[in-house]
Amino acid sequence: MKTQTINNKQDVSNKTERITGSVAIVKSLIAEGVDILYGYPGGAIMPVYDELYKFQDQIHHVLTRHEQGAAHAAQGYARISGKVGVAMATSGPGATNLITGIADAQIDSTPLVCITGQVFSHLLGSDAFQETDIVGISTPVTKWNCQVTKAEDIPGAIAKAFYIAKSGRPGPVLVDITKDAQVNELDFKYEKCVGIRSYNPVPKTSQESINAAAELINNAKKPMIVWGQGVILGQAEDELKAVIEKAGIPAAWTILGASALPTSHPLNIGMVGMHGNYAPNKLTNECDVLIAIGMRFDDRVTGSLDTYAKQAKIIHFDIDPAEIDKNVKTDIAVLGDSKESLAMLVEALNENTHESWLQEFKDLYAIEFEKVIKGDIHPTKEGLTMGEVLKQINIESKGNAAIVSDVGQHQMIACRYADFNVTKSNITSGGLGTMGFALPAAIGAKMAAPEREVVAVIGDGGYQMNIQELGTIFQQKAAVKIVVLNNEFLGMVRQWQQLFFDKRYASTEMTNPNFVAIAEGYYIKARKVTKRDELEDAVKEMIASKESYFLEVCVEKEDNVFPMIPSGASVSDIRLS
Amino acid sequence: MSEDIKTYTISVYTENNIGLLNRISAIFQRRHINIESLTTSQSEIDGVNRFVIVVNITETNAIKIVRQIEKQVETIRAYYHTDEETIFTESCMFKIKSDLLFDEPQIQNIIKESYSNIVTVNKDFFVLEKSGRRHEIESLRRDLNVFGIMQFVRSGRIAVTKDEMKVTELLKAFNNQ
Ligand SMILES: Cc1ncc(C[n+]2csc(CCOP(=O)(O)OP(=O)(O)O)c2C)c(N)n1
Repeated sequence: MKTQTINNKQDVSNKTERITGSVAIVKSLIAEGVDILYGYPGGAIMPVYDELYKFQDQIHHVLTRHEQGAAHAAQGYARISGKVGVAMATSGPGATNLITGIADAQIDSTPLVCITGQVFSHLLGSDAFQETDIVGISTPVTKWNCQVTKAEDIPGAIAKAFYIAKSGRPGPVLVDITKDAQVNELDFKYEKCVGIRSYNPVPKTSQESINAAAELINNAKKPMIVWGQGVILGQAEDELKAVIEKAGIPAAWTILGASALPTSHPLNIGMVGMHGNYAPNKLTNECDVLIAIGMRFDDRVTGSLDTYAKQAKIIHFDIDPAEIDKNVKTDIAVLGDSKESLAMLVEALNENTHESWLQEFKDLYAIEFEKVIKGDIHPTKEGLTMGEVLKQINIESKGNAAIVSDVGQHQMIACRYADFNVTKSNITSGGLGTMGFALPAAIGAKMAAPEREVVAVIGDGGYQMNIQELGTIFQQKAAVKIVVLNNEFLGMVRQWQQLFFDKRYASTEMTNPNFVAIAEGYYIKARKVTKRDELEDAVKEMIASKESYFLEVCVEKEDNVFPMIPSGASVSDIRLS
Repeated sequence: MSEDIKTYTISVYTENNIGLLNRISAIFQRRHINIESLTTSQSEIDGVNRFVIVVNITETNAIKIVRQIEKQVETIRAYYHTDEETIFTESCMFKIKSDLLFDEPQIQNIIKESYSNIVTVNKDFFVLEKSGRRHEIESLRRDLNVFGIMQFVRSGRIAVTKDEMKVTELLKAFNNQ
């Protein structure tokens, strides 16, 4: 992960001007290069909205239909662009509605600046109307936060917020600004933050650690890489590819690492984790050197830690020293920015191949293909599968779409089967598993990258968690393609009930509305597919559409996602059925 | 492979920030680690605060905790030390009825032998203050308890380390960047 170089090209005016706090907020955002922000107005933030109205030609405020939608939209914007996403809300309920998105951004290291209005400072602590201690509430889920009660502190706080959000390991920050600070005047002059003395965002990579890592890798017989989002956040895709190709190392990815290397790359051996691929999970317990790059050994990746890669020497590349030895004890830690550390590693590696080792992955893939993949993407049974829908999306988008998935079975299927040719194309809620993420995140992604095809793949459950954002899509004319894979169940939970709770389907069956009618109510072109012979044409039509498009696919109700590592089991006990 | 639980003194140099106490204590709370004591004060460097936190945990956990504390934006540096690596003390105060000072001659001896100081005396009560190790304070409390204590209070541990912490150098390096 990398500190994005601070963009100083922005013309920051040197002259001081006397303006109100709310003008200062808008001018600070513009000075940080913000072109789009997502939010929802209310009493305590109205002065800022009044200024946003006046500055519409320079900064576009997108009115979402719920503050949670604003936070997720800002996340989608950040994830596809690498820039900081910005969300704004009023005090009290507006601010608390942001929290799920902030928590999601914290665990998935997404750079976000959230600005909330707050009651007048003289009312703080008096239980005033819509007063809530949002700084207290957001503390455990932000990288940093602060409350501003004086107009003159606004530019400094916003500059610090942007710097912290995007530097080092990125994350969400929240700046809470009282109404008096918004209406009072200050002498405004914007200076970007370039450093904070107590904060060392990017530890220096030591040549010794690189040499030690290279020596282990050069002597390894069965090396394996598992990379995570750190590669994408550090813009180290090329360096990763160079490492893999030079040393001939089979490389797997975590869910958030997906798309950093094209899925078609011959050394790309698939996804690790609970519903990842058979080979990389199984062979995690066979490799002799495990090279973890910008990933954090999440429990959904490792399964039982007591039986995780015990035979292997472990090398861990990360920008965050707190990740080293947190879950898995490493033999060699390489701290630093992934772009820099991987570039140093390439230099120190010998050219190599590991053909027979790679063959082991291919052999296990063949087993997975026979037992799972074939039935998922070339089904012979009557009911439609989620996998064949993904296959069709791959064909029509030629593997160039950004796939924004929600949480559940469809998410695992999307991440397993989507073809990714382009980096930053897998936008999903990984660490928090936030249902309701995909629809608003897809809006943010499409607005940040209008030239890209953005396809949201959502379950019938999660879709209804932020379905109100159809209104945003309609109002903004955001050409998001929405695919709802309708199994009339909270499928992932139902799967667990089937496997671990004797099929007692407690509160997982859903009686669904007419989704096509709802989309059409928002003037979004909509289509429903119930039979296989309609699928190809429908996906073609959707991808060809220049506008937003809603496609509901009624899939088999009780399909399960495999492979699966039952929770608490070892990666090598991965089940194929 | 179970590791020994030991007493560790965690020293944290920080910027002076309102929210930081919350962030730091949350690191312990989330992991169900009981804080034995926590004090915060000005450090040897102007404008830099110092937290002294005492916990009973394994060394592995101490390392993880220190890294989580250092991860906070406003933390300058955090360290952990064993008792052997620090010089530490606590202080305490006793409020006791003044009559006892004259009625119970034994009290005068206790005060003398424990090296505690009388801070104030009036006709109703006197206040005794002592700093030292926990067992010294405890034994003084036990001795005085026999006669009756109106109020007792003990502070958290404060500690300096035997080795250098080099925080000044760290801050200098930043300023020269
Ligand atoms: C906000 C939230 N609530 C509950 C859950 C627990 N959960 C995980 S997957 C899932 C089912 C999702 O159902 P659906 O959206 O229909 O997708 P499917 O699994 O059927 O593809 C639930 C309820 C969650 N992840 N997020």
